[in-house]
Amino acid sequence: MGIRFILLVNKQGQTRLAQYYEYLTLEERRALEGEIVRKCLTRTEHQCSFVEHRNYKVIYRRYASLFFLVGVDNDECELDIMFHLEKAHFMLEEMVMNGCIVETSKSNILSPIQLMDKAS
Amino acid sequence: MISSSSSSPSSIIDCLFQRSLDDLIKSLRSQLVPESKLISKALDEIRHELKSTDLATKSVALQKLTFLSSIHSVDPTFASFPTIELLSSPRFSHKKTAYLAASLSFHPGTDVLLLIPNQLRKDLASPNPFESSLALEFLSVAATPDLARELTPDVFALLATSKPALRKKAIAVIWRFFNTYPDSVRVAFKRLVENLDGSDPSTVSAAIGVFCEMAAKDPKSYLPLAPEFYRVLVDSKNNWILIKVVKIFGKLAPLEPRLAKRVVDPICEHMRRTGAKSLIFECVRMVVSSLSDFELAVKLAVEKIREFLVDEDPNLRYLGLNALSILKSTHLWAVIENKEVIIKSLSDADPNIRLESLHLVLAMVTERNVAEISRILLNYALKSDPEFCNEILRSILLTCSRNVYELIADFDWYVSILGEMSRHPHCGLGEEIERQLVDIGLRVKDVRPELVRVARDLLIDPALLGNPSLYRILSAAAWVSGEYVEFSKNPFELMEALLQPRTNLLPPLVRAVYIQSAFKVLVFCLHSYLMQTEAIPSSPSVESLPRISGSVSEIQCLEEDSNAMLSNRSTEDVAIENEASLSVSLDKTPFTYESVTYLLNLIKMGVDPVSDEVEIQERARNVLALINVLDENPGSLNQKGGSFENQELKTSEIVRLLYDTFSEKLGPVSANAQERVLVPDGLILNENLAELESISANDIPQLSVFSTVGHRQKEMESEPSTESTSLLAEHRKRHGLYYLPAEKNETESNDYPPANNDTKLLVNVIDAADDLVKLTEESLVPKKPNRVKPRPVVVKLDEGDEAPFSSTKPVKDLKDDLLSGAVRDILCGEEGKSRSSHAEKSSRRRGKEISLNGDSVTLSKENSGDTEKPRNGSPSSRTSRHRNRGKDKHTSHHENGGKEENSQKSSQKSSRHHGRHKTRHRADGSLSRMIDIFSFARAVEVLGVTQF
Repeated sequence: MGIRFILLVNKQGQTRLAQYYEYLTLEERRALEGEIVRKCLTRTEHQCSFVEHRNYKVIYRRYASLFFLVGVDNDECELDIMFHLEKAHFMLEEMVMNGCIVETSKSNILSPIQLMDKAS
Repeated sequence: MISSSSSSPSSIIDCLFQRSLDDLIKSLRSQLVPESKLISKALDEIRHELKSTDLATKSVALQKLTFLSSIHSVDPTFASFPTIELLSSPRFSHKKTAYLAASLSFHPGTDVLLLIPNQLRKDLASPNPFESSLALEFLSVAATPDLARELTPDVFALLATSKPALRKKAIAVIWRFFNTYPDSVRVAFKRLVENLDGSDPSTVSAAIGVFCEMAAKDPKSYLPLAPEFYRVLVDSKNNWILIKVVKIFGKLAPLEPRLAKRVVDPICEHMRRTGAKSLIFECVRMVVSSLSDFELAVKLAVEKIREFLVDEDPNLRYLGLNALSILKSTHLWAVIENKEVIIKSLSDADPNIRLESLHLVLAMVTERNVAEISRILLNYALKSDPEFCNEILRSILLTCSRNVYELIADFDWYVSILGEMSRHPHCGLGEEIERQLVDIGLRVKDVRPELVRVARDLLIDPALLGNPSLYRILSAAAWVSGEYVEFSKNPFELMEALLQPRTNLLPPLVRAVYIQSAFKVLVFCLHSYLMQTEAIPSSPSVESLPRISGSVSEIQCLEEDSNAMLSNRSTEDVAIENEASLSVSLDKTPFTYESVTYLLNLIKMGVDPVSDEVEIQERARNVLALINVLDENPGSLNQKGGSFENQELKTSEIVRLLYDTFSEKLGPVSANAQERVLVPDGLILNENLAELESISANDIPQLSVFSTVGHRQKEMESEPSTESTSLLAEHRKRHGLYYLPAEKNETESNDYPPANNDTKLLVNVIDAADDLVKLTEESLVPKKPNRVKPRPVVVKLDEGDEAPFSSTKPVKDLKDDLLSGAVRDILCGEEGKSRSSHAEKSSRRRGKEISLNGDSVTLSKENSGDTEKPRNGSPSSRTSRHRNRGKDKHTSHHENGGKEENSQKSSQKSSRHHGRHKTRHRADGSLSRMIDIFSFARAVEVLGVTQF
């Protein structure tokens, strides 16, 4: 499986969104998140976006105050996500399912979300 | 919310006063109350609200719980049942909340999973695509084997839906099904393949993504699909799809050279044309890892790599280095070409880039430049942070010690480098340096003088004793200087270093090594001293002992001084006061009476026989015991006249014995050394074991064979009974590994040879050969004879050696095997189809769909019709046997004879396993392999004919 997890983390290292594509217990998740976030937060902008951690390779990117972390095998505004966690999840589901990226086009991802908003 | 008229009044009130998710978040963020208190209060509310009969209340409660569980790690499992209740709500928003909660909190062990297949089925078939989407999204995270089995037909239907958004999700879900429930492959694989040539890029993308994942696990099974993939590679304009398909070919190309030849051009074309860095990199990686035989392609890839290496973006630089390191084993020239950039990258801000470039630098190391590169790296290590510094040191150590120091020609240099590394401020590699110092000492005779010098420099520095990370190195230094003390320029200085007060700081085991080394140094000094005195037995007193070197008169003056003090008989004072003068005189003339006395006093003061640690205590007592012997026979050292002749002999005898013991050089011992230990005289293993049998028969507790050897031999000379010999033979057969070779007992001499036989041989060879490079070849010699020996034991050992390899290979678990087996079956089925006529094709397709509805008979019949045609090269009689077997096994048995019975059995087993899908690909092992090969060749053929 390609992608193992996707994390959105703020600058303070708190997890804002987490989606795992393999089952880990709550404790395992917490430990993993803590370790990875600590590694990523200490890096500067001049460093590249790959971090190796345990058996994962983590690719991250920072947008505003939020870190987007994608954990794979070897080989926005924070507040918005706080209040629209569900939407963020659905967006994520549009993009990635079962560890596979199923959609890369922005408009294709957003249109079903907008429709869903209208529907509910 | 009021609309739910059936709800009780209390729930209406709940509903009216319920806090919304926004309220909860706002209160959490306001931080007026401690967070934990807020959360537990909110959880109480949620628990209460979840019991409400009003679905809206429930939904909001679940929303809040989902939020808490994902942001604040609250365990949401108590809400599993309400979640399921909410799944069946007619309102889409409720459903949405419930599905989200379910996919975040359910796991294979959740018991309520049993309750949802029907709800899922309903939603999958819902006319509202968003509802189907929800169900698919849930399944993609949480499908269990049971759910997959139940819902495969429903997802199968969605694989052909006209809505691309749904179809791509179904594709992702079916991949999960394949993994959790491999039988679903038989149903859905074909449709998945059909999705490869859809018009909608998003479904193609999803499908190719799934194939990419599957091919990564078991590429061989997907070779028959190469034509489909090739079409995507040539036709697609979507970068993402191209990246994935390049990845797939990266897996397939190494398996089939003809395929590699076909794809190399289009891939180079993509590399040249595209502007997307991601696609370029994927092509580069594909070329360097799978197409490295194609020089032109590699050249192009290296060009692209160079562009990456000088890019501003650190990510691209990292990837460039990464690609180079894939090339380093096959195309070192590519690395060397980019030497400057690589060395520059050693100082990059990014640790990943630094590490990658470090590995590349070391890949360029050869025998000629190893000194130069190590020097550069060590200087560099001084400037870098501790972590990277140790990474550099580790890489140097690893590279230089590779293949028994293959790269090292100048060991003096290497040993001094080791010394330098030890003094490195951040050095954290004590263990490895320790190992190498000792190892080199054992293996390389010529370097020992330099080794002792390096060890001395380390030991003598009191500052190093304060650094715990150096203890292991100091231990090695102490051992080296004790073991090879004969190369020391000044053993007394060594003794002082070994016994300096700050050694108290060392951990007990290292101190034990120190004391043992002091013991060796002492024995060496005593022996040297006695040798000198014996050399001139006529000399009446110590005063005129012969000197090895130095200007006699000068030293005599010094000596007279010390003798004057010595006459005071207050030895301790002498020792202390002499220290200064001795250290001067000792440089020139090592072994005089007073220098030895000084040494003895030094030890008496420095070695404390009382210690908590037995290791220290024991060794200290050993040393002191020897000194006691010397003290009791004072004349032995200071041989005045010839009156103490006997005692002198006794003492010198002891010293000589000890010296001989220590001068027996240790050597590296191979793992199989024990095999070469010959059976000693008088020990007949068979007989003893036979007697052991009788001992155990007498209910005497089992004794160790080796301790009882001597007694048994003398006491009972009885003949071994036949029964016990047979038992012995049995035992030998089972545990042959632990038996010494039988021939050796009779043929070879019965002396006890030392276990390190081979190293002596090795050392001799080194003596002879000036070229130290040869050493590495020779040091491998001792292992070879073992393999030549035609013993079953060796074979077993070899198996054991290979174990780690075989254990790394089958990473695939059972499910993967099942999956790839199923896929292979399907693909072989397709093979037949593509050869058969069009009419049959359509009928087969119909048959397959019918079989989905449980009517498997149709399919098997049609297939059997299919197989009657002779296949490419396979004799038709074989094929017909397979066709017939399902109907009457007995006849086929007769026809084919017992020879085939085994394969028959296995195929029967597999047919039982595959259950109702009785298709013709239910072939035995050899046949399916043939089909594999056939379809394989066919795939290439198709490629050749239709695509080019």
